[in-house]
Amino acid sequence: MLELKNISLCYGKKTVLDGITACFEKGKLTSIIGVNGCGKTTLLRSALGMLPLARGEITLDGRDLRSMSRNEIARKLAYLPQGKSTPDMTVEKMVLHGRFPYLSYPRRYSGSDRELARAAMQTVGITDLAHEPLSTLSGGMRQNAYIAMALAQDTDYILLDEPTTYLDISHQLDLMKLLRTLTSDGKGIVTVMHDLPMALKFSDELLVMDNGKVMMQAKPSEICNTSIIKDVFDVRIESLGDGRYCYSSSDVASR
Amino acid sequence: MRAGQSHTKYFMRSLRKNRIAYVYAASVAVLLLSLLLGILLGSTKTSLSDMLSAIARGDHSSPAARILIYVRLPRVLGGLICGMALAVSGAVIQATLANRLASPSIIGVNAGAGLAVALCSAFGIIGGWRLSLLSFFGAFMTVMLVSIAAKKWGASRGTVILLGVALNAFLGAVTDTVTTFVPEIGIINNEFKVGDFSSVTYQKVIPAAIAIVIAVIILQTLSNELDLLTLGDENAQGLGLNTGVMRVVFLMLSAVLAGAAVSVCGLLSFVGLLVPHAVRRIASAESKHLIPLSAISGAAFVTLCDTLSRVLFAPYELPVGINMAFLGAPFFVFILIKGKGGHRNA
Repeated sequence: MLELKNISLCYGKKTVLDGITACFEKGKLTSIIGVNGCGKTTLLRSALGMLPLARGEITLDGRDLRSMSRNEIARKLAYLPQGKSTPDMTVEKMVLHGRFPYLSYPRRYSGSDRELARAAMQTVGITDLAHEPLSTLSGGMRQNAYIAMALAQDTDYILLDEPTTYLDISHQLDLMKLLRTLTSDGKGIVTVMHDLPMALKFSDELLVMDNGKVMMQAKPSEICNTSIIKDVFDVRIESLGDGRYCYSSSDVASR
Repeated sequence: MRAGQSHTKYFMRSLRKNRIAYVYAASVAVLLLSLLLGILLGSTKTSLSDMLSAIARGDHSSPAARILIYVRLPRVLGGLICGMALAVSGAVIQATLANRLASPSIIGVNAGAGLAVALCSAFGIIGGWRLSLLSFFGAFMTVMLVSIAAKKWGASRGTVILLGVALNAFLGAVTDTVTTFVPEIGIINNEFKVGDFSSVTYQKVIPAAIAIVIAVIILQTLSNELDLLTLGDENAQGLGLNTGVMRVVFLMLSAVLAGAAVSVCGLLSFVGLLVPHAVRRIASAESKHLIPLSAISGAAFVTLCDTLSRVLFAPYELPVGINMAFLGAPFFVFILIKGKGGHRNA
């Protein structure tokens, strides 16, 4: 379990995270939602131990994150940031770099590293692109390559920052399905989302953030039974039954 | 139709895979050839058998043996290590600053080392470890200044280059001031500014060669880390890399390379930009191949150009930097246009 216990974080004098308590479990897909600038990305980055906390602590399976080395953390938590560069290398090579946290002397990737990289590419369905340079891939395929790299990292958790941005709708759905599959394989998935109906449909839990605070962490159905979405986003969500949701048509029409 | 397509695809793949092996073989062959030519050719006509037989006789004072031992060998060695150092330094700086326009001569790293060398000469240090060390220091201060400025002000990629260019001009001006006030510094002349091997001695080459070889070996063992930096800071950190520390390590090693090279041959430019780009285009941008291939082809390119500059207008000599620009610029343009079908996002 990845637990954030009453953490606060400041950039200079500005408090970006204010007493956040949250918990992410293996085998669950948790979406973080909130308006722009409410601290979602900062929350994700601090959960990875990348940012110094002003208060509170983060524990991973009971261990304080600060007592773990960067490599140890990278063997437990994989991270897919939103802004990704397009490095000048082949898909296979980049996925192989997912094994970097396990690299020891001599600094070379082993046969089993290559095997795991291949398996990761297979899971994501990009095996036939293995030898293509990343720069020739479409946005969706490049995103898949990054996910394969995170899978090769062989972690308990994958934290993704707005993974569906810049993808067309069918690639978004494919990606969410893939995340569901990974969840049922036992991984803990934490993802920042903007599309509320999609977040509600595919997540086990949602974490609603507003202005550096956690407003609520609960199941989608529970979220919809409260007025929290209306309070935070100023839109209403309607349930279509069978776990599907949409924006209230009157809200959409009034804009 | 489909079968035909997949066959073509397979062929392209195997070509791409083997292409790197071909490039290795070709660049090693060219390097060996250029070393041989560098030893054989010069303004004085001396045959290899003359030189070797003089040495075999133990007659180290004969003109042939002296030419080989004191003129040709240090010079070829100088070209070899400086080409290697500047090309690898360029490759590493480009990856570390995530900027393809960067190179030791463009962002002022060479100029920093050059100023240190000028100051050393003014104080009578013209070789040995002190020269290499101080030259490294000049290069390192410059590269750190550029990278700290880039980080502190969140400067864009273009701004980093402009900063380097400004620093380059400033350091060049300080160097000129030193040489104006201390005109008796023999080495700070036009040859030093464009890069030249005519004043190479063992005293200069040996410490530089040791530093360069060690730095290149360390860089090769860190090739995965260098690759990770090209994934961007956030990704690299997610994979457990301490990007801040690694960036300083890489800049330090590239400063060792540039500083050592400048202490031997002066402000040789272009090779640090041209060679890594050519290697990326023709073979691979993965650091595992980029570093050794840049080292080999950089060495070959500089040695070859230096040999040409000795024989083209013998007994007059063209400084190698001029030669390199003549040969390198058209080749560079050719590579940029032709390389890898033009789909690279350079």
